[in-house]
Amino acid sequence: MKEAGLSRPLALPMIGVDRAWRLPLALATLLALLLAGSLFAGPVAVGPRELLGALLGRNLSVAEIIVWELRVPRTLLAAMIGASLGLAGAVLQGLLRNPLAEPGLIGVSASAALGAVIAFYTGFAAAFPLGLPLGGMVGAGLAVALLMILAGRQGSTLTLILAGVAVNSFAGALTALALNLSPNPYAAAEIIFWMMGSLADRSFQHLGVAAALTIPGWLLLISVARSLDALSLGEDAATSLGFDLQAVRWRAVLGTALAVGAAVSVSGVIGFVGLVVPHLLRPLVGYQPARLLPVSALGGAVLLVATDIFVRMLAPGPELKIGVVTALIGAPFFLILLLRLRATSP
Amino acid sequence: MTALALDRVAVRFGDHVALDDASVTVSRGEMIGLIGPNGAGKTTLLRVAAGLLRPAGGRVLLDGRPIGTGDRRSRARLLAYLPQGAPCHWPLEVRRLVTLGRLPHLLPWQAPTGTDAEAVTSALDLADVGHLVGRDVLTLSGGERARVLLARALAVEPALLLADEPVSGLDPAHQLRVMTVLRARADAGTGVVVTLHDLGLAARFCRRLVVVDGGRVVADGTPADVLTPETLANVFRIRARVGTWQGSRYVVPWAVTDEGEGADSDQPVLHPAAAGRLR
Repeated sequence: MKEAGLSRPLALPMIGVDRAWRLPLALATLLALLLAGSLFAGPVAVGPRELLGALLGRNLSVAEIIVWELRVPRTLLAAMIGASLGLAGAVLQGLLRNPLAEPGLIGVSASAALGAVIAFYTGFAAAFPLGLPLGGMVGAGLAVALLMILAGRQGSTLTLILAGVAVNSFAGALTALALNLSPNPYAAAEIIFWMMGSLADRSFQHLGVAAALTIPGWLLLISVARSLDALSLGEDAATSLGFDLQAVRWRAVLGTALAVGAAVSVSGVIGFVGLVVPHLLRPLVGYQPARLLPVSALGGAVLLVATDIFVRMLAPGPELKIGVVTALIGAPFFLILLLRLRATSP
Repeated sequence: MTALALDRVAVRFGDHVALDDASVTVSRGEMIGLIGPNGAGKTTLLRVAAGLLRPAGGRVLLDGRPIGTGDRRSRARLLAYLPQGAPCHWPLEVRRLVTLGRLPHLLPWQAPTGTDAEAVTSALDLADVGHLVGRDVLTLSGGERARVLLARALAVEPALLLADEPVSGLDPAHQLRVMTVLRARADAGTGVVVTLHDLGLAARFCRRLVVVDGGRVVADGTPADVLTPETLANVFRIRARVGTWQGSRYVVPWAVTDEGEGADSDQPVLHPAAAGRLR
């Protein structure tokens, strides 16, 4: 019922397409348009013909360098990170059966940030180009190891959340400690700026390193889809339907750690996408957790690519950090949504 | 044929003994009422039987094989479990929710087939909720929701159905409807185990009752054998009006026995005269 009002405008040009495919197709189309649009966005104007030439590698011009070295990796990274955040958010909300869950909840983001901060602090980040993302990934990996020890192999979902909260605050405290002990204010400022989240000046190297972890992470996350449907009925009923919830929990946590850990490692912390996107799209898939996953991944990519275009168009002056913008737009938007929901429900 | 056998099962939660030396067998086509006071171990027994809880001692055999072994999905096709208070966490459409009962029959990425749709429709009809298919499950009344969740369990088309207090919180008409559905399933060849607090419903619909008290199976037999004044007093701490009407046993709990009277099992619980009157 709630579906009809929202999906009809999207569905009109797609008469004849199976209802279940309309939303993913609409989002994929929107994403394709945004990806193309993103290649035009930036302080240097690159026309359509120049852009096409540059993409095909016909002219070794400034345009080609701008497009290939700056805009293509940045665009792809935005799409990949947005998809990771949307997907991980949808999986965690389904697993914990709580619409407030998000990738940050299990402490992976904070730990990846801590790893990156330590890489900054020790000079590991400056030693070679991928030092920073690698530091972040080590942080995310340690968070998962700590979660496994805290929540145990037999841990319940509640234990997992509590362990996640503990890991989260511990990583936060250590990050604060690193800032506190920072030898010079410039290093501290650099750390703070990095933590705000940005996609500026990321290269194909960053993309490659992140993708190597992100793609296995996505596969793990997608693999729990059906179990999330079963979990709508609670843990006992889901187990009685033949799902191994212990395995499901760890696939979800490990998948989140890989995908979101990789994202935070290359971009810093980008909040709100993992919380808002699944929440917005859930009514459009009839609240079915499994169907929410692909849609939420596409939605996350759309949102982050769009935000990144917006950030680049806000010239001149220092570029706004994308993490700041997602939170700045996301939080009030979320509040309005909650108020509207409260107005319509009795 | 014995479909499910619990053999001297023991469960401990820390120092608390939840089940001790509990043995029950369930055959296809029979409906067993699992009764006992609060905290007696009924839910624990049912969860052990469903393979959700690994007992510290004893074993559980499903069709002759230990329940923890073998493929989870084939076990899930054989045995359905309806948890107490049967929650639903998202505002799913009724038909989609009932279709979840078909998950054990589907390969990981397989879409539901025509057979699944038929099973869902027949489960909806059995539970008498066919008219609710398009509704959001969270907007249903307690009675409607309980029957929708029962339909979910029936959609599994299991050989064994374990239902934990499926009638608690329902009005009398809904209670009778749910019990009638379960009885009909048992008559159609499914083994049904149902935990109940309503002794009247238990006596009326189940031909076999298993009484659990303090983690032990203290009685197992027909309602007439089990619902004696002694058991009612010793286990349930009540005096009750017990009788037969239209060929079924009925029980009306009437008064609480005195603490001293009930707690001390060496003493005769009722005066012989009173006991005779109640019989």
